[in-house]
Amino acid sequence: MQATPPTAAPAPSAAPPAQDEFVPISQLPADDKLPAAPLLITAYAVVWIVLAVYVWTLWRRFLRAEQDLKSLGSRLPPGR
Amino acid sequence: MLQRSFLPLLLGGFALVTAAPLLIAAAPAESTMGLIQKIFYFHVPAWMAMFLATVVCGVSSIRYLIARKPSSDHLASAAAELAIVFGLIGLLTGPLWGRKAWGHYWQWDARLTTALVLWLIFVAYTLLRRFGGPGSERLAAGVGLFGMANVPFVYWSVNIWRTVHPKTSVVMTLDPGMRPAFYWSLFGFLAIFGALLAARTRLEALRASIDDAYLAAEDL
Repeated sequence: MQATPPTAAPAPSAAPPAQDEFVPISQLPADDKLPAAPLLITAYAVVWIVLAVYVWTLWRRFLRAEQDLKSLGSRLPPGR
Repeated sequence: MLQRSFLPLLLGGFALVTAAPLLIAAAPAESTMGLIQKIFYFHVPAWMAMFLATVVCGVSSIRYLIARKPSSDHLASAAAELAIVFGLIGLLTGPLWGRKAWGHYWQWDARLTTALVLWLIFVAYTLLRRFGGPGSERLAAGVGLFGMANVPFVYWSVNIWRTVHPKTSVVMTLDPGMRPAFYWSLFGFLAIFGALLAARTRLEALRASIDDAYLAAEDL
C-alpha cells in the first residue's frame, strides 16, 4: 500500500447527508423562515430614532445655554 | 446660531430621507443574503461616520495636547459624542442583519468585539468629560487619541482574524447597481455628521464662554 504523497490535494469534505423527506416551506420552524423585511424596517427606524433623540437633546442643551446667557446678562452690571 | 447649525442638518437629513430608500429599493438584491443585505446601506455609512468622528476627536486631541487651544478641545469633545451616536446606530443595525444572516444577534468575533470596545472608549471619554472635574480635558484628550489608534484594528480585524463579518473588500468591489444607493446614503450620513459636529462644537464653545462669564461675574 502506497503512502499518500505530501503534495496530494486534500480529500474533499464529506458530502451532506441525503435528504430523506421534503418539508413544505409552510412547515419550517419559525427560526428558519425569519422574514427580512421587519428587521430591515427596524434597522431604518433605529437610524432615525437615534438621530432624532440626539437632535432633540442637542436642541434642549442649546435652549438651556441661551437661558443661562440671559440670566447671566441680568446679573452683570450695565455696560459689562 | 441655531438656524445656521440646523440648516445643513435638515438638508442632509432631507437628502437621506427622500432619496436613500428609493435607491436602496432599486438596488439589486444580494445573492446569498437577499433583502436583509440592504441594512448595509445604513450600517456601513454609520460606521464610516463613526470612524470619521474618532479621527476628528483624535487629531483635535493631539492639537489640544500640543497647543492647548480651547477650540481643539471643543471639537474633540463634540466629535467624541458623535462617535457614540453613529457607533450606536452601527451597533444596533448590525445585530438585526446578523439575526437573519447568521442566526444570532451577536457573535463575540474579532470585528464585533473590537467595534464594541471602540465605542466603549468614546463612552468613557464622554463620562470623563462629564464627571472628571477640572483638568479632565487633558486626560480625555489622551483617551481620544487612544480611541483613534484603535480604528485601524477595528477596520482590518475582518482581514486579519477569522470572523463571520463580511470583509472590507465588499465596499471596494460593490456591484455598479449597488453603488448609487450606497454612496447616496453615505453622503446623507456624512452631511448629517458635519451639521451635527458644527452644532455640537458651537454648543461646547457657548458653554465654555458661559462658564468663563460666570467666573468673571463672581469676581466682580
